[in-house]
Amino acid sequence: MTAEILLQTLASGVLIGLIYALVAIGLTMIFGVMDIVNFAHGEFLMLGMYASFWLFALFALDPLLTLPLTVLMLFAFGMLLYKLVIRRIIDAPMLSQIFTTFGLMILLRGVAQFLWKPDFRSIEGSWVSGSVKLAGIQLGRPQLVAGLGAIAVTALVHFFLTRTRLGAALEATAADKEAAQLMGIDSHRMFALAWGIGAACAGAAGVLLATFFPIFPEVGANFILLAFVVVNLGGFGSVTGAFWAGILVGVIEVMGGLLLGPQYKTAVVLVLFLAVLMFRPQGLMGKA
Amino acid sequence: MPHPQPRRSVLQALGATLFGLGFGGAARAQSAEVKIGVIYPLTGPAASTGAELKNALELAADIINNGAKAIADLPFAAGGGLPKLKGAKIRLVFADHQGNPQTGATEAERLITQEKVAALVGAYNSNVTATASQVAERYGVPFLNPESSSASLTARGFKWFFRTTPHDDLFVHNFFDFLKELEAKKNFKVGAIATFNENTLWGNETTKLQAKLAPEKGYQLVKQVTYPAKSTQLTSEVQTLKAANPSLVMQSSYLGDALLSMKTYKELGFSPDMILANNAGFTDTEFIRTLGKDAEFVITREVWALDLATRNPLIKQVNDLFFARHKANFTGNSSRTFTGLMVLADAINRAASTEPEAIRKALAETDLRAENLIMPWKGVKFDATGQNTLGRGILVQIVDGKYNTVYPFNLATREVTWPMPKWDQRK
Repeated sequence: MTAEILLQTLASGVLIGLIYALVAIGLTMIFGVMDIVNFAHGEFLMLGMYASFWLFALFALDPLLTLPLTVLMLFAFGMLLYKLVIRRIIDAPMLSQIFTTFGLMILLRGVAQFLWKPDFRSIEGSWVSGSVKLAGIQLGRPQLVAGLGAIAVTALVHFFLTRTRLGAALEATAADKEAAQLMGIDSHRMFALAWGIGAACAGAAGVLLATFFPIFPEVGANFILLAFVVVNLGGFGSVTGAFWAGILVGVIEVMGGLLLGPQYKTAVVLVLFLAVLMFRPQGLMGKA
Repeated sequence: MPHPQPRRSVLQALGATLFGLGFGGAARAQSAEVKIGVIYPLTGPAASTGAELKNALELAADIINNGAKAIADLPFAAGGGLPKLKGAKIRLVFADHQGNPQTGATEAERLITQEKVAALVGAYNSNVTATASQVAERYGVPFLNPESSSASLTARGFKWFFRTTPHDDLFVHNFFDFLKELEAKKNFKVGAIATFNENTLWGNETTKLQAKLAPEKGYQLVKQVTYPAKSTQLTSEVQTLKAANPSLVMQSSYLGDALLSMKTYKELGFSPDMILANNAGFTDTEFIRTLGKDAEFVITREVWALDLATRNPLIKQVNDLFFARHKANFTGNSSRTFTGLMVLADAINRAASTEPEAIRKALAETDLRAENLIMPWKGVKFDATGQNTLGRGILVQIVDGKYNTVYPFNLATREVTWPMPKWDQRK
């Protein structure tokens, strides 16, 4: 095993980790603001992928070009889902909330399979393809662009939360719903916003993935388990926590796979997950 | 009496076992038609395959009953039913198992006890074939399985079960036969082998068999990698392979992971001399469409290919008949199912009877030759376990965006391209 292989693997781990982070950020935000675990989050990713695919297949528009449009569509979809469904279960028992988002997951997968068939699709001939050599290591151009895109979107979300009034209102609602309401913040509006941003983040991850990952109705399942681990590791509700935890999970997964054997790669991640649950249940960056 | 039906069927089963005869046997009289029960997934997740198989069976029955005069080499092409049964016609009785082993068993029982079929054909899904054939075994009715590939099906010591298709183990043996023959032909030595398989039952069984066969056949196995099929990335797997530096990778993957692995090979510059793939994802229509020229030169096993028609005119003639009806070509599945019914009809004809024991005996004595089949097999001949010993798979190589038969060499439409060019030397 050479230094080159280690470095190469590390780089691949960081790049896929950035995608995990982007998926997890939406998930952690929805949870942070309203304490609802969204099992249908992987389906936002799937919808983002299909949106890119169809814009590419029907109008020959590159996924990167349509990224803003897709993100807007997912934002609207997230808000709509909140207004139509989630709003009704805000004060319902946790079990009902779980069943609702779990049901949404099955529904969205079913609809996708019905409308677009269970076939695997992919985007061929996107602007980004091939690979580049950087300091002796080979990086796939789509993966590199996806990683950079994930950093940009995360930075944008972070900026929004920390530097804008609306973002501050969202954070305030997350910290204390009643107190924020007393300050004149409309909590339903904030919840809708959280769902919109959450869906948009997953959608963005979907778009960035679409240039190199096959697209099919169940694709969300591949990512959602890792996203939950990331959210947990970073601390429920913490956006920066999810960002670093995403990278960490990506790196641990590939390095664990390389050093211990690929058949253990998921096991390594899940052992880490269990360890965090046992010794630091609030997550690495979460508030107790 | 709340549930009379199940109780009655238990009694019937008991009676049948006690007397050592098929229950329906005595009731079955010689008549102008032979009823054959067919069990396939006509609804449910595999419904599209089920529909395709139904079409193939109906074509076979139609040829037997009404003839296909232009195709002289095909058995029963003269039409007019089964000659030795005074021209009795074949009548197919369809049953839908929905991909569910329990439903498959119930339907098999219904076909035997109520429809009084002379024999059963089915059932595509290996797990449904397992349960449905168990019922047939219990009643003593011949069960012909044309297309389930799980090796364990013929390891059960059944007396009434016959399988025409080669099974998974045979396919792995084929890989090594191919390597041996290729080495002799091209006068070179294949280097170290690595296996790269997904980690469900199929991939694990394949891994085990490859690990056993490679040293037996004189090959060095340098690495065995298994991976979860629902992976988001295969970086560490491919790096592990790359570090082992094999000249040949034997791979079993479903579609999603097959695509992901090929992309990762290219990204990380992993260029073995050859990738020898185990069907599934590598023969899906999406594989070439998605990867384009990056799919080139991969060799994968198949059970059937349309280009075989250039070596065996029968294939083209029968395929033309199928195409005229359904605007689709035969596939590895439908061609095997078609062949299955033909083999059964041949046995019933030779038995000159619809008695289960007579049909079973005739099936066991089956000896069909390659030129009467649309499959790339050496023929059909069953061993004591009911497995056709003359079946074999073929290997196809992707060249110019098409699957070309490259092995067995006497059926090949193209020379093997070996080694495959390195990624950075491709146009």
